[in-house]
Amino acid sequence: MEFTLKDSAALETQTLEVNLGPQHPSTHGVFQMNVVLEGETIVKLKPVMGYLHRNHEKLAENMSYLGSMPFTDRLDYICSMTNNFAYATAVEKMANMEVPERAQYIRVIMAELTRLVNHTLLIGFLLNDLGAFFTPVLYAFREREKILDIFEAVAGSRMMCNYFRFGGLKVDVTGDFIPRVRQIINNYPKFLDEFEKLLSENEILMARCQNVGIISQELAINAGLSGPMLRATGVPYDIRKIDHYSIYDRFKFRVPIGETGDVYDRYYMRILEMRESIKILDQAIKEIPDGEFISKAGAVGAKTPRNFKLPKGDVYSRIEAPKGELGFYLVSDGTTKPYRYHVRAPSFINLTVLEDMCIGHKIADAIINLGSVDIVLGEVDR
Amino acid sequence: MFGFGVLKGMGVTFKNFVLSYFSKERLTTVQYPEERLPEKERFRNFPFLIYDEKPEDLRCVSCDICAKECPPKCITIVRDTDEAGKPLKRPKEFDIDFSICMNCGICEEVCPFDAIFMDHEFELAEYGRFEDLNYHKEDLLKSNEYFAKIRPRDAAEVDKRLREKAKQKEVKLQPPPETKT
Repeated sequence: MEFTLKDSAALETQTLEVNLGPQHPSTHGVFQMNVVLEGETIVKLKPVMGYLHRNHEKLAENMSYLGSMPFTDRLDYICSMTNNFAYATAVEKMANMEVPERAQYIRVIMAELTRLVNHTLLIGFLLNDLGAFFTPVLYAFREREKILDIFEAVAGSRMMCNYFRFGGLKVDVTGDFIPRVRQIINNYPKFLDEFEKLLSENEILMARCQNVGIISQELAINAGLSGPMLRATGVPYDIRKIDHYSIYDRFKFRVPIGETGDVYDRYYMRILEMRESIKILDQAIKEIPDGEFISKAGAVGAKTPRNFKLPKGDVYSRIEAPKGELGFYLVSDGTTKPYRYHVRAPSFINLTVLEDMCIGHKIADAIINLGSVDIVLGEVDR
Repeated sequence: MFGFGVLKGMGVTFKNFVLSYFSKERLTTVQYPEERLPEKERFRNFPFLIYDEKPEDLRCVSCDICAKECPPKCITIVRDTDEAGKPLKRPKEFDIDFSICMNCGICEEVCPFDAIFMDHEFELAEYGRFEDLNYHKEDLLKSNEYFAKIRPRDAAEVDKRLREKAKQKEVKLQPPPETKT
């Protein structure tokens, strides 16, 4: 049979369905994307989640309030400190607990250090998705290690910190904590400069990231995005500025916003946020007072979690986690266990716009779009 | 100029490559089994049971608080009894399943008798998946000296607290001074 392309208009084309994942290095865990391709262009994308479901919310309903604290570490396992922070503030809000000044400062320092860890790591892995195989990741890991060493010395564990207690902290910080954080404050900007020199002006990165995966402001607000994803579209919405939870009203910092909402904006947003985090750290470490690290009621609650009760009612409390708005919704029936426990996970809700970001782009752009959303599957599937 | 950004980035990688031979800041890895990083005092891995002088005098009174508070429920305690069947203040069996334990350290915090603490031991690989990682009472026992060696600051605090408790007990045990004749 003779094969000819004479009347190409009559040639039948058909779409191709590709399963990306669940076991694929670019999906940051066990996440699947059902992609429908026309040639190399994406026409439809369906995210499939749930491979890492661990029943976190239901488990918490059968456990004392403190018993869920180590499990919150395992939600977003890169920033366990902020997860602890969000859960602790939710319970404190409901129990009307006071937190001592010193504990508040240490909490803010830990949260900002976590933001540094998360954003550096995200940029490293985003570059990995772009094809800059492992050089930026290893630079990011090298710097992250210094912060994780502080976490280990203070909380006892590098990633599963379990450091916050209702009404304060588990233990006071070690003696060399402040000098070590100072060292981070002094050295981190240098590293960021170097990192930016490596990446920000790189033509390949710009060509791959600019005008890819654009989210409009309207879509971002309607989809309920939060964190750097929302701010990259130009909405100045930062819960640290709006809610002033903990002691964030005492610090001077700016909220960086993007212009176009593409992948490059989302990448650059993280660099700018890290620079602002260093400013907060600098102010917090100067003002940190002496005193108690946990309130009296909190210390009793930490020693006997089986007797810790919350009044009847419900509460929603949120913080600005590195990935976005992390909220905990608790319903209490007056017993020692929560009646309902819900996590508003930022990476899960940020992931809902993945299809809108990817349609019309090439298959390789789907990978960097996913990378720039900054997901951790532990939090998406819970 | 197109391509200048790439060259600048190459400069950074080259700098890192060269300096990794000289600067400790840029080469932070160690050759693990031969070389080890210093242990952090608060580092926690798996729990162990503490005894004071002899392995028979456990501090644990098998009150079952840690087993109840353990979030993944990896501790199983069976209370010892004497011949008459009267329960004694010591555990007959004390099992911790290390394949379930998640190193949160809540058992150590809630123990009212300072009997269980988190260990620094981390090289615990086993061939078996189930029974090999289920540690029994005999495997978990460690002396107070060992605890003082790995966590000197915490051990000093605990010892002080225990001495004070013992003193209070002694005062209580003494007969009250007679006032009337």
